[in-house]
Amino acid sequence: MSLFDKFLRIRELGIFSIIVVFVIVAAVIDPRFMTLDSWRAVFLAIPLILVMAMGQMMVIICRHVDISIGSILAFSAIVIGLLYIQFPGLSLWLSLLITASVGLVMGLINGFVVTRFNVHSIIVTLGTLSLYRGLVFIVSGGRQIDRNDIPEHVVSFSQTSFLFSIPGILIFSAIIVILTHLLMRHSVLGREIYATGSNPVAAHLKGINVTKVTLFCFGICGMLAGVAGLFYASRFGYVNPGVTGVGIEFIVIAGVIIGGTSITGGSGSVLGTFLGILLLGIINVALPVLNIPGEFQKAIYGLIIVVALALDQLIIYRMKKLSGGINA
Amino acid sequence: MLNKFSLYLSENPTLRYWIVRPEWVAVILLIISIISSIQLSPFFADLAFIMDSATPYVEYGLIAIILTLIIISGEIDLSIASMIALTAVIFGTAYNAGLGMPASMFIALFSGTICGLFNGILVTKLQIPSIILTIGTLTLYRGIAQSLASDFSLGGYPSWFIGIDYRYIGIIPIPVIIFTVFAIVVGFFLSSTIYGKQLYLIGTNPQTAKYSGIKVNRIKLLLFTLSGLVCGIAGVLTTSRLAVARFNMATGAELEIVLMVMLGGTYIFGGRGNIFGTFIAFWIVVILRAGLNVARIKIESQLTILGAMLIIAIILTNYIYSKSQK
Repeated sequence: MSLFDKFLRIRELGIFSIIVVFVIVAAVIDPRFMTLDSWRAVFLAIPLILVMAMGQMMVIICRHVDISIGSILAFSAIVIGLLYIQFPGLSLWLSLLITASVGLVMGLINGFVVTRFNVHSIIVTLGTLSLYRGLVFIVSGGRQIDRNDIPEHVVSFSQTSFLFSIPGILIFSAIIVILTHLLMRHSVLGREIYATGSNPVAAHLKGINVTKVTLFCFGICGMLAGVAGLFYASRFGYVNPGVTGVGIEFIVIAGVIIGGTSITGGSGSVLGTFLGILLLGIINVALPVLNIPGEFQKAIYGLIIVVALALDQLIIYRMKKLSGGINA
Repeated sequence: MLNKFSLYLSENPTLRYWIVRPEWVAVILLIISIISSIQLSPFFADLAFIMDSATPYVEYGLIAIILTLIIISGEIDLSIASMIALTAVIFGTAYNAGLGMPASMFIALFSGTICGLFNGILVTKLQIPSIILTIGTLTLYRGIAQSLASDFSLGGYPSWFIGIDYRYIGIIPIPVIIFTVFAIVVGFFLSSTIYGKQLYLIGTNPQTAKYSGIKVNRIKLLLFTLSGLVCGIAGVLTTSRLAVARFNMATGAELEIVLMVMLGGTYIFGGRGNIFGTFIAFWIVVILRAGLNVARIKIESQLTILGAMLIIAIILTNYIYSKSQK
């Protein structure tokens, strides 16, 4: 276990040093990168992805992947947008509750199909990715929710707040990150998620209700994607059924995987995921500063995913070799 | 009545083998979708119309047939749609750079092969699960296509190249003929050659296959490479049909391609399935799409139906296999 712990620490150190090197290189090439404005841009870009990444990390630790989160985000954003048109006075807490429950239901549907019919989660969520996206179009009638449909107190949630004028969504996502850390590291349920991911059969024999744990992960993942829908409406001020959340699942998965979460389940940490998302956010802001066209962003993210997957596999291979349990 | 029937079936294993098969679900679904589409519009029952509606899906159908082989051998390739876009963009870039048509086609097919080979090497050498790796390369290939083409449409091809879907032999468009011939060839390969049988064995139990002397990794590598090559062909076909190449073409096509394979009764965990099922499922998707278009249901709303069908198809197939295994 101590060896395992050491590796985990090294993995987070690895991503941290990549971030440091990247920031130094970017700052040397163009000092504009170190201005307060660009760091403000970084920290305004990540809350949305960070919140979704917390849920996705739990699902990946549990040996599954949920690629329908982009559509869940869009659906909850459309629902809350349509509600704002009807009731502009809807309070922030109530809208948080509504988006969270919409996401929770959609996540539980994913989890139910995966656990009940024992099908690989990527195939199931590939289906619900389209299903939910179609629902977005049906519910909204294909119309966009405009800036003037979204009430002022929701928009200001992502600009100012009660605390040192740090944006509200940043504080809120920080709370979610800390809660997730407490859940994963210091609760029985969190340890059961790790156990389920590292060996579902052994976890079942140990008396863990694997179905319930998996359902919980998918439910939380959907719920956080739903909350991210509210963040989206607040941050961007519009919700477009064809654009909102399309392809965001791959950014989230990229962040989780480069944060050191193993896709074979059972390992990964909140700190690593946070650093992974931070790196993506920095790359996002650094590209225009470094005069790299925005078209390259997707290719760079894709390359990062593939390299992270390959490294992950090499680390697993080495660990197996060190513990003497390899039969190649 | 149903109990008696199932008892009768359990006493006749041969009959049960032929009756309890997921392909029949596909055939029944095909009949249901034809009947309901005719109900929606009387103009639907026109063979020429159905043939014309089939041409845009031929590119997906070709890939679905290769994907059937990959899923039977226990892997999956989700980067297919991105490979179509990437090869099409490379084709357009090469042609606009002044290379001739044959050279551009060769480069497109070659780059598709390289993409497939890259997937295959990472899956077989590094043992990364293909389902997650191809999610990564899905983003990577689409990103490379976007870096190459930016937001431009690459066009300007000679007139003989454009519009392969408007060339007919009789009333049958040429792409449909290509698809049918390809399906028959691969179907024969899968059902009647020793290599086909090896795919089933690999999918059923890779460990046993390895110890039986089957070169598991080499065959998987070949399949992924083949998938890349066919995506290259599909990319050129799509460019011919649309007369332009863009980085965002075939977005979301992985849903329809996987749907074709799943509706055809191929088992998601490998080892079972056949080309006949995929061939029928291709026509289900064509008729469903055409029928929904005739019924004036929005393209975006059709996603809901396709997504739901994918999940229902998987559940049904799993159910039938669990019954027939008893």
